[in-house]
Amino acid sequence: MISVAVLLSGVAVLLAAAVAAIALKHSPSVTRVIYGATLIVSLAIAATALHHLVSAAAAPSLIALPLGLPWVGAHFRLDALSSFFLFVVGSGSAASSLYGLGHGLHEKAPRRVLPFFPAFLAGMMLVILADDAFTFLLSWEFMSLASWALVMAHHHDRDNARAGYVYLVMASFGTLALILAFGLLAGAGGGYDFASIRAAEHTPHLDALVLALVLLGAGSKAGLVPLHVWLPLAHPAAPSHVSALMSGVMTKVAVYGFVRLIFDLLGEPTWWAGMIVLILGGITSVLGVLYALMQHDLKRLLAYHTVENIGIIFIGLGLALAFQANGMNWAAALALTAALFHVFNHALFKSLLFFGAGAVLAATGERDMERLGGLIHRMPYTSIAFLVGCVAISALPPLNGFVSEWLTFQAILQSPELPQWGLKIMVPAVGAMLALSAALAAACFVKAFGITFLGRARSSAAETAEEVDRFSLAAMFAFAGLCLLAGILPGFVIDGLAPVTQSLVTGRMPVQTEIPWFSIVPIAESRSSYNGLLVFVFIAISATLAVLAIHRFASHAVRRAPAWDCGWPDPSPETQYTAASFAQPIRRVYATYAFRAKETVEMPAPGDRRPAQLVVRLQDLVWDYLYEPIAGVVGLAAGRLNELQFLTIRRYLGLVFLALVSLLTVIALWT
Amino acid sequence: MDGLIFDIAHLLAGGLVLVSFMMLYQDRLYALLNVYALHALVLALSVAWQAFAQDAPHLYVTALIALVFKAIIIPVALHRMIARLGIHREIETVVGIGPTMLAGMGLVALSMVVMLRVTAAADPMAREDLAFALAVVLLGLLMMVTRRNAVSQVVGFMSLENGLVLAATGARGMPLVVEISVAFSILIALIVIGIMLFRIRERFDTVDVHALDRFRGERR
Repeated sequence: MISVAVLLSGVAVLLAAAVAAIALKHSPSVTRVIYGATLIVSLAIAATALHHLVSAAAAPSLIALPLGLPWVGAHFRLDALSSFFLFVVGSGSAASSLYGLGHGLHEKAPRRVLPFFPAFLAGMMLVILADDAFTFLLSWEFMSLASWALVMAHHHDRDNARAGYVYLVMASFGTLALILAFGLLAGAGGGYDFASIRAAEHTPHLDALVLALVLLGAGSKAGLVPLHVWLPLAHPAAPSHVSALMSGVMTKVAVYGFVRLIFDLLGEPTWWAGMIVLILGGITSVLGVLYALMQHDLKRLLAYHTVENIGIIFIGLGLALAFQANGMNWAAALALTAALFHVFNHALFKSLLFFGAGAVLAATGERDMERLGGLIHRMPYTSIAFLVGCVAISALPPLNGFVSEWLTFQAILQSPELPQWGLKIMVPAVGAMLALSAALAAACFVKAFGITFLGRARSSAAETAEEVDRFSLAAMFAFAGLCLLAGILPGFVIDGLAPVTQSLVTGRMPVQTEIPWFSIVPIAESRSSYNGLLVFVFIAISATLAVLAIHRFASHAVRRAPAWDCGWPDPSPETQYTAASFAQPIRRVYATYAFRAKETVEMPAPGDRRPAQLVVRLQDLVWDYLYEPIAGVVGLAAGRLNELQFLTIRRYLGLVFLALVSLLTVIALWT
Repeated sequence: MDGLIFDIAHLLAGGLVLVSFMMLYQDRLYALLNVYALHALVLALSVAWQAFAQDAPHLYVTALIALVFKAIIIPVALHRMIARLGIHREIETVVGIGPTMLAGMGLVALSMVVMLRVTAAADPMAREDLAFALAVVLLGLLMMVTRRNAVSQVVGFMSLENGLVLAATGARGMPLVVEISVAFSILIALIVIGIMLFRIRERFDTVDVHALDRFRGERR
């Protein structure tokens, strides 16, 4: 009661801040005031949620307000699951506000951002707190619309306008699917609060339908392939700290929606539900990273990586469903912990990377990697923080990304104990896909970091870039530090997640914090264990020793020799390795089929002094073979239905009449 | 006694459906208005009988409203309107009488099937009443669809409303306030429609809605 009241008043302050942003729009300090307020409120909310998760053993805290629909009211509830997600959202929002304190000053149209930013935060938090279908859907739509307004902040850009349009269509579609899912869950009795949905009995057919609808609704918001198309358009279009929120946090709210509906409200899962989620997750992770590798726009690359990471999270969730359906609660807890741990990790490093991309954008005005380079000299702090994010997202020890992916693999290794042959075969295949996507992600971030920060500047903007302000750096380093902490002390996170798994799959992983030396042991010591601290200390000591050894024992004599020509044949930075050339081998291997990549060399005729050109054409099959036909059918239907606007009065009456009679006929035949 | 009460209620409600059928084949406007007055009269009787049967005195007020407004004022007003518009000699047939009657029978059968199945648990008197009321509503709609003259469309609408009143009185517990407000809204609708009719007539020299369609340049 008290915690949820505190959280709701925090949300109310955020909404008030949104109104204040409109009222204070002429004040010169409005940016500082708004971001300062959201920073404080977000920190308070994250702290309250964390306190509730850790202390109260996550006994649910309820409140019902006389708002919303009459006789229904608005129910709010804080349990283990929602306090975990609220902590993720709160910390992401806090860092984003901190970053906004500095980055927001570069904003050309602050009036288009400031009122919607607190509203967006409030929307996400309300979704997590909601305890009845009406409040949930209302907050969900509020969140979507607020983020849409933020995507449209720079609406003069044609690409942004298109991104906003696609986003709006997909968001409405997703909400529609969720409305239908809730309608099915509530049934004819119409108990729309979560407590009565949870108590109701559901038939297997209904289960399948609800799963499909939730995958459409929450999946479209999270970015599951093939519903991901809006994501790489919309996320980069927003201002960078909002991109970080959308990519790092809002997709997590979608994951929350999925977990709440499928694990909590729907009740006992079936094994094929896990199989479907697992396969979708596998496909999403591989395709997401392949898309990302083809991108040269830094923010769009990051957005595609969100798709990949959502895939990894859904692999974990699918495994948890499959294990739970077979009564293997300890394994389900392991898989669910892995998925939720990855939720937390991805919120950290994706926000961090978007902050870095935003810093690069603010310093150079460029998002295209082919026009960057050499920024490590101009922006040393940003590049260190970005490097930490890259290492974390590439799942390299000792950072946090490794831990959650390792836990996911541990869950995959339990698959031989599953009774169904379909799962026994499919889970290792998905494991292979996960391994592939992890490797490709590493390649992708070598490209992202290497092309952007190493080498020589490819444009004058990159050559004259300045380090960004302290607020931005503080936000980046805060998250970089958290990435490292979660990586070397993962036991605390795993134990923090225990109440969540306990309430959802009635199982938990072994207590980790009592194991000496901060090791983590997913199942039993004899099977596997990992110690992030040890890896970190080893890397630190061996690197220090290597540096010392080189400085101590290497020759100090200066030698002069001609540079290795292949490295620097030409002083022009154009001759450097580019993002496209880095991606070429992978493109040739995978994208020839996945995206129908075609390379053509346009060779000028002898005597013609034009330079030769290499043209690469990629085709997005999902867009061409799924969305284009749907758009065509919708357009055709709209064209036909348009004639309905010009009928005679009698025909309109006739339509009403026919509709009535046919509905009555349906009733007559049905009952 | 119960059997007799039920039978009379059944008879009156069935009579309303029968009068609806009579309206379907009236192709002269004055005759149509007379049948409509009869329709309203039967409705008033039926409501009054329901008041007696259910022992609900406020339904007598409803019956009185039906009698005064629907059986007297509205037919007289429409009568005058037709006289002033000078269309009392017009004959209109859009769909032939035979097919219309057949369609009407189909609708009655449909409403019986739907209502008797859906309300299986309800009191038998209310069931019959609801089934007949739905039939009257559907027949009123059918009339609106098959007629071309604006006045007969108005009459179709009024008879549809009679069906609603029948349904409302059959189901127990309809408050009087609702009933009165519905009656007044129908009266106001009549006034609005009357004004519209004269405006249409002023502009197009006819109340055949086909002329409106031609004016909008639509193909038919």
